[in-house]
Amino acid sequence: MKKYAYFPGCSLEKMALSYHVSTMETTSRLGVELQELEDWNCCGATAYFHIDELLAYTLSARNLALAEKENLDLVAPCAACYKNSYFTNEYLKEDPDLAEHINFALEEDNLKFSGNISVHHLIEIFVNDIGFEEIKSKVTNPLEGLKVAAYYGCQILRPKKEHLTVEEPVFFEELMKSIGATPIDFAERLRCCSAALIITNRHAALSMVRNILHNAISSGADIIATACPMCQVNLECYQKQVNQEFGTDYSIPVLYFTQLVGLALGISPKQLRIGSELVSTTPALSFAKRGSPNP
Amino acid sequence: MADELTFSDEIANLLHASHGNPLNTCIQCGTCSGTCPSAPFMKHSPRRIIAMINADMKEDVVNSNTYWFCASCFHCTVRCPREIDIAELMYALKRYSMWNQQYQEDLIGPTFSETFVKTIFGSGRSYEPVLATSYLFSFGVPEFIQEAQTATTLMLKGRLPVLPARIKGLKNFRRMLGRIIPIGGLE
Repeated sequence: MKKYAYFPGCSLEKMALSYHVSTMETTSRLGVELQELEDWNCCGATAYFHIDELLAYTLSARNLALAEKENLDLVAPCAACYKNSYFTNEYLKEDPDLAEHINFALEEDNLKFSGNISVHHLIEIFVNDIGFEEIKSKVTNPLEGLKVAAYYGCQILRPKKEHLTVEEPVFFEELMKSIGATPIDFAERLRCCSAALIITNRHAALSMVRNILHNAISSGADIIATACPMCQVNLECYQKQVNQEFGTDYSIPVLYFTQLVGLALGISPKQLRIGSELVSTTPALSFAKRGSPNP
Repeated sequence: MADELTFSDEIANLLHASHGNPLNTCIQCGTCSGTCPSAPFMKHSPRRIIAMINADMKEDVVNSNTYWFCASCFHCTVRCPREIDIAELMYALKRYSMWNQQYQEDLIGPTFSETFVKTIFGSGRSYEPVLATSYLFSFGVPEFIQEAQTATTLMLKGRLPVLPARIKGLKNFRRMLGRIIPIGGLE
């Protein structure tokens, strides 16, 4: 069984608890062990880069050093945690002066960054480690007829990482196909959910969310699938505000890809914490309630 | 006679992992502005702000709202034909304006970032209810009520934390950050 150090990040403790729960349920059934990183800290999000880069690198380096101590590669389900951990790892590996500076700080916590592990986003574990064939073979309740807008958002792909294509990715759509769902053609799939602008620049943010919702709905999607807690919250919890701001009538559920994979594996909606959404998933998922393979 | 540092060089020096001054290589093609989802809301588009930096228009740049509308989506960065890390430039401009305590008054971004950084200093993890205090009171009444309604629904759905999370090794954690920046100023 492949084992990873799992860095859930602050959102998954409460706001995105359903992402955490469905991650644990699905990975364990697909033969991957996620061992939660002991005493992990916040990745600093974008705010730390607004104040001081070295502080931002130090935060992520502490988590990397904790994973190194366990001799495990790091997995993050949140796009921001992933991006910060990934690039801190890369920058520190290629810049010994920077690593020395950060290691001077890590000494206070009896930790050391050596640069001998790799960092992955959770969806990469499903796509590359587990693989579509293995997922397909474990599907007992294929999500046939469910039209999914596979929404990548930003920081899983960008800035550019050596192993990922930034403009024409297909892995999210392929993953949705492997569980029997139908990914739709969806032009806004790589556009930004507005991230923290939902707090700091409300009107601009709601307008960005509106564009994505509009495009997903007009492309025929029943549901949006995400791989990031911030994207989920912005696209789902702010639909009401978008409707008030722009006089629209959007109502489309937004679930984590792990929840959809879980349903296809035959896990009950309750075990995947489906039901904690502000936009009901019932119309879109009515077929999944049968909990048995499609006739 | 020693060369004086231009404003463009000053900002370029704040860009991590770049050599020389990448801003001077900008060809003003506008790919960044065409790509940016926030551009329609900015006082100056990303292309224009780079031209202004290179033209030494320091006061106008520092007082622009442009970089506080950057959501860190990095779409400009991956498309720039001169490979300028424009999102990183927006971070650099935010830092420059935070350090100089000079920014357009009606922005929530600077206070929000500062509150976020202090929260992590204090507990090692983020905590939404504390972050909310940095922006809720600058909202108008309708937005305040909307936000309160959303928060109440999230609370009922079990999605808002009641107590702040805290890491166990907090003492060492804070000493660690203290080796990078004197914590006194941020406590």
